[in-house]
Amino acid sequence: MPTLEFQGKQLEVDEEGYLQNLDDWSPELAEFMAKQDGLELTNEHWEIINFLRDYYQKYQIAPMIKILVKEIKKTMGPEKGNTKYLYQLFPDGPAKQACRYAGLPKPTGCV
Amino acid sequence: MAKAAKPPKPEEITKSLDYKKTPETHWMDTPVEFRPGMYCYGTRPKYLEEVGMPNPREWSSADEDWKLPENWKEIVLEGIADRLNKHRSFRLFMDICVRCGACADKCHFYIGTGDPKNMPVLRAELLRSVYRKYFTTGGKLLGRVAGARELTMDVFKELWYYAYQCTECRRCSVFCPYGIDTAEITIMVREIINLLGCNTDWIMGPVANCYRKGNHLGLEPHTIQSNIEMMCDDIEEITGIRIEPTFNRKGAEILFITPSGDLFGVPGVYTCMGYLMLFHELGLDYTWSTYASEGGNFGFFTSLEMAKRLYYKVYAEAERLGVKWILGGECGHMWRLWHQYLATFWKPPDNLEDPVSPITGTKFEHANSSKIVHVVEFTADLIRHGKIKLDPSRNDHLKVTFHDSCNTSRGMGFFEEPRYVIKSVCNHFYEMPENTIREKTFCCGSGSGLNSSEDMELRMRGGLPRANAVRYVHERYGVNMLANICAIDRAALPTLMQYWVPGVEVCGVHELVGNALVMTGEQKRTMDLRMEPLPGVEEEEEGEEEE
Repeated sequence: MPTLEFQGKQLEVDEEGYLQNLDDWSPELAEFMAKQDGLELTNEHWEIINFLRDYYQKYQIAPMIKILVKEIKKTMGPEKGNTKYLYQLFPDGPAKQACRYAGLPKPTGCV
Repeated sequence: MAKAAKPPKPEEITKSLDYKKTPETHWMDTPVEFRPGMYCYGTRPKYLEEVGMPNPREWSSADEDWKLPENWKEIVLEGIADRLNKHRSFRLFMDICVRCGACADKCHFYIGTGDPKNMPVLRAELLRSVYRKYFTTGGKLLGRVAGARELTMDVFKELWYYAYQCTECRRCSVFCPYGIDTAEITIMVREIINLLGCNTDWIMGPVANCYRKGNHLGLEPHTIQSNIEMMCDDIEEITGIRIEPTFNRKGAEILFITPSGDLFGVPGVYTCMGYLMLFHELGLDYTWSTYASEGGNFGFFTSLEMAKRLYYKVYAEAERLGVKWILGGECGHMWRLWHQYLATFWKPPDNLEDPVSPITGTKFEHANSSKIVHVVEFTADLIRHGKIKLDPSRNDHLKVTFHDSCNTSRGMGFFEEPRYVIKSVCNHFYEMPENTIREKTFCCGSGSGLNSSEDMELRMRGGLPRANAVRYVHERYGVNMLANICAIDRAALPTLMQYWVPGVEVCGVHELVGNALVMTGEQKRTMDLRMEPLPGVEEEEEGEEEE
């Protein structure tokens, strides 16, 4: 199992860098992961990451993009609730990149 | 962190293909090379532990040491012996191939990789050579002269590598003069791999999820409900009609089960909206289940025994709810399993009756043993009896072709039903070339649990023949929509189209049905189910819903 060294600890991650244990997550870790991708997390990034974490707490799975867009639109308005905006923030895709920073696992199956 | 290997550019793949080049060494002397992008990660131990499968440990398929038990060879050989005794077909397929080569160029993975070990004949030979060495007199005495070879760690890894470069699509078997079903050989190899805990993460994750939570994605009951309600919100916005589906309702006439991809992924959710609208319009007395919430069965990609365990829930839930019969959503391997295996895995509960459509009175006699009907035959029957009102012009912005999913077409003979439905709800339908459809259909390249992201090059290569046929109708007729009746197709084909044939989108057949369905009391439709404006109907432009 690959690991990610952070603050002197070896955290378990999968082959693509998704955290294995939800409890290992911290805001500093998200900042650290983003920095490795050459990304500085802004308030706008954090709005999305926090939404993802809240959603995960409630539903035990990352939301599908359609729901993410819809919910962001509902709470933050149409200028943020669209895929273009989300891709600007997370160029590798909000589902993948933002979920990784949020410490959520990758969904599997027929998706 | 390492990211999944990005596939090469399309033209790099086509340029790399050379079917005429003779390999420099005999295949037995050509060691397997694990190339990133061509295989999946090994399973995490927790998934094996959750279902009690052997040898859970931290390992990676890219590692030199796979951490197998000391007696791994014995386990493999015993595994082969057990299966030779259990399945007559398996023994037959090990013995009868005459290496005529009819199958060689029929496999999408061979066409897409040019790797001779992806010729079905040679892929099977990887195992046959071991079979000969340990189970035939000729092989024991003559060894390599008789096409036999020792089982070594390299040989085991080679079996593994190519068992996950086969989607069990069965196209080769259509062309085999002996009718050898190479898919069954792959199935056996995967079962044996499983005895050593060497399955892939992408397969074992869904299996463990399904075992614990009832579906591959691991959706909780309230998540399922919330996702479906979100779809109902969209349906209300599109049609003005509020749909209130029921969950886990005892006494419903019909239990509806679809692959969980339809509850979660795009474009599966649009297909699901189509089901919801149709059943509402019919006033169908049906219920969803949040317990048996998976039509597909990734257990089938590990072993028949695991498939059996995962499907326990289907009949158990039908019994608990007291329904009369079961309706299945658009899914490929689900259909093959439900119709060929389910009634042999578990006895249908006594409360189930022979399925009869409550709308048309049609008896689905072929489903009497399993008590399960596929939604596409259910809908075809409705249309045949004129029970639903359709406005195909609402699909006029689409030029549609149909991808026969391997399992529903080659596996189960659904050729006419989906075409009949599509032609009833769309005005523009075009067939792909004859040798790429119906029983000769080309696989999406990602079936049987290969639809992961780390093996993207393999998927794009394997999907090349299918994409090539789509490109033909795209260029010739302007086809822009690839319809299908399988959730893996809906998950895998959008990526394949973006890669090989940009400009073609993917949908389930019931999305097209939902577009065309004229519902009682609906408002004038200005959007399709993707909430994109219908052509000819001007709407304010907003919400760029591109993926």
